[in-house]
Amino acid sequence: MSEIVTLNHGSGGKQSHELIMNLFVKKFGMPLPLTDSAVFTENGCTLAFTTDSYVVDPIFFPGGNIGKLALCGTVNDLSVSGAVPKYISASFIIEEGFPVKDLEIIAGSMAEEAEGAGVKIVTGDTKVVGKGKCDKLFITTAGTGFIKSGFEHISTGKMIRSGDKLIVNGPLGDHAIAVLGARNNMSFSSSVMSDCASLNHMIQSVLSECNLVHFMRDLTRGGLSSVLYELSHLSGMGISIDETSVPVDDPVRGLCEVLGFDPFTLANEGKVLIVAGSEEHEKILNILRSHPLGRKSALIGEISDVKKGNVILNTFSGGQRILDIPSGIQLPRIC
Amino acid sequence: MKYIEEYREKSLILKLSDHIKKSVKRNYSFMEVCGGHTSAIHRFGIPSLLPPEIKLISGPGCPVCVTATDFIDKALAYSQMENVTIVTFGDLIMVPGSSSSLEKEKTRGADIRIVFSGLDALNIARTEPDKTVIFLGIGFETTAPGTAVTVRTARKEGFGNFLLLSAHKVMPPVMEAIVREGIKIDGFICPGHVAAITGSHIFNFLPEKYRLGCVIAGFEPTDLLQSILMLVRQVNTNSPDVEIQYSRAVTANGNLVAQDQLYGVFEPCDANWRGFGNISDSGLRLKREYDAFDAEKRIPVTIQQYRDNPSCICGDVLRGLKIPGNCSLFRSSCTPENPVGACMVSSEGACNSYFKYHSQ
Amino acid sequence: MCLSVPALVVAIDGQMADVSVGGAMFKAGLHMVENVRTGDYILLHAGFAIQKISEEEALETLNLLNELKNFENE
Repeated sequence: MSEIVTLNHGSGGKQSHELIMNLFVKKFGMPLPLTDSAVFTENGCTLAFTTDSYVVDPIFFPGGNIGKLALCGTVNDLSVSGAVPKYISASFIIEEGFPVKDLEIIAGSMAEEAEGAGVKIVTGDTKVVGKGKCDKLFITTAGTGFIKSGFEHISTGKMIRSGDKLIVNGPLGDHAIAVLGARNNMSFSSSVMSDCASLNHMIQSVLSECNLVHFMRDLTRGGLSSVLYELSHLSGMGISIDETSVPVDDPVRGLCEVLGFDPFTLANEGKVLIVAGSEEHEKILNILRSHPLGRKSALIGEISDVKKGNVILNTFSGGQRILDIPSGIQLPRIC
Repeated sequence: MKYIEEYREKSLILKLSDHIKKSVKRNYSFMEVCGGHTSAIHRFGIPSLLPPEIKLISGPGCPVCVTATDFIDKALAYSQMENVTIVTFGDLIMVPGSSSSLEKEKTRGADIRIVFSGLDALNIARTEPDKTVIFLGIGFETTAPGTAVTVRTARKEGFGNFLLLSAHKVMPPVMEAIVREGIKIDGFICPGHVAAITGSHIFNFLPEKYRLGCVIAGFEPTDLLQSILMLVRQVNTNSPDVEIQYSRAVTANGNLVAQDQLYGVFEPCDANWRGFGNISDSGLRLKREYDAFDAEKRIPVTIQQYRDNPSCICGDVLRGLKIPGNCSLFRSSCTPENPVGACMVSSEGACNSYFKYHSQ
Repeated sequence: MCLSVPALVVAIDGQMADVSVGGAMFKAGLHMVENVRTGDYILLHAGFAIQKISEEEALETLNLLNELKNFENE
């Protein structure tokens, strides 16, 4: 492991994974596999519990702000574990000089999003630090919810089988591009909005009607590639992805072409990967597509027995290659 | 997206692949010398569309891979100076110098910023007049004209705080060096965007002097496959030539306006290529009249003499003589996160591509 | 070499143009190309237009490729 922590360690790719596994998981003795939420059963109740920190820059971006991001992020981490999110905590580290007006807007967004998602923010904390000690505002949220009996396997993926289908609920990369555009230090602009949204209602509508959902993960930092890389290790199965089927909107595609980014590694904040038994995949797609957050849902690939532990991309050009493991933050290239 | 999607049509690609398979009569080795081509070949899964008789070799076409250690060390030395802002393309940030990299120094507090264009670097100089902005100029003939325009603009607008540290290079000398070393190849896939600037004539020496053919290729899958088909046919009929596949952007004489910009500001010089050592007339330096913008002339800097890690075989890999798997450092001490040699740094570098493609 | 992408010229202001790639907007310096008009396509590289794309040649390449596609015998 490297001697100093770099931005690459926070990017959600290989180095992040190594830091978490070799340092934190080891020290804390955390049970594996790591999942979006910790799941534990006591007194006949199965609870999901999760936490996340939000340090996005800029704090206001097209489609949302750091508060909305925090609320949705925690709601989604609980939902993809099969839980119904119930209670959220919100802790704020605020830089001296931060405008109260902005704090009101951010808190207002969180309240609005919580109401829409049907969750309650019940506890929290605030700290103020001197100028320069944090970048404007950092938010940490934690959340809990109950997992109904029969859904406990979803976060571990132990029921994943060969032939299972992979589905995403819409186009990838919007959040990353919206945030990058808002930073305004690159010579580009676009009308792309962050896809930041609470997915719990949409996910619940799938779980209430379908029995064969075997795994879910939300596609945040590190994007689809990061989750596929985790999934292949978790399941020990092969994964085959059809590049043409993965939805990516044109402005995001255009930006990726020009800056040399890979859309599969871009962050999302309103996208989920569902792995389900093939017999139900049409039904799941229909349910997703009838929901405003899933209109452009797509079947993107499947789990296979072949090339176990690998993620194979069937390229749009008719070729095949192993999907790149995301490593470090993406930087605009000229070459 | 126009001029992209039409050249990615699957049925065309599969048909081209089919034609190539039917055309091969022997074994062929073709070298590409362009980071963009290395990347496109990997991204589109081109090797999986070719018959086993065709071997594609990645040569020294990635400006990151061939940037010598001393250039990085100079940039790092500047980054430690007070009130200096280093401005660079993203490609260079992870390249290892003798003991550190731009990325490492950035995390330690050096003012190092990434831009997409030389004009962005000028903007930084404009908005922060108390900083000395040093722009790291890397890239071949595709990128150098943009740097020339940037320097010209700096002079026109009277910038006193904008400097260039140039590692710009030109392609033909290193291609000739590869041929003269006797590296066994049957033809070159030539860089389409370099040729868009220079014109195809810069490659005439290949068939004229060495009876080696080349095709100037675009970057979409059909471009690459069509170019490979054209090369196979040249070899089959023993008719080495300079052919332009990428005719929508490349002509025989190239972009004369861009060439004027380029040679109005730069002149050829000897240059140090990682893995190749010194190649005469292969680099670009600012002409005397632009001395005021030359970082090394305005702020002399000394660095330690450095010898590359003797176990690093980047030079052989860049020549297509060895594959990454032959290197004792590959995957043990040299990985994309901790690169030793430049071939591992760039996502187009042969070792980086090989690592990703063969790692699972 | 290098990442250069076909971009549509949407607006021109002196030596700078606003260009679009699939709806994502970029600034491009026009210092190296002449007689560029809105509606033209240029190759965008590192914030500059390095060449105008020839529509005629582009079509010819596609025609050739399509002929190849339809030509069964080699």
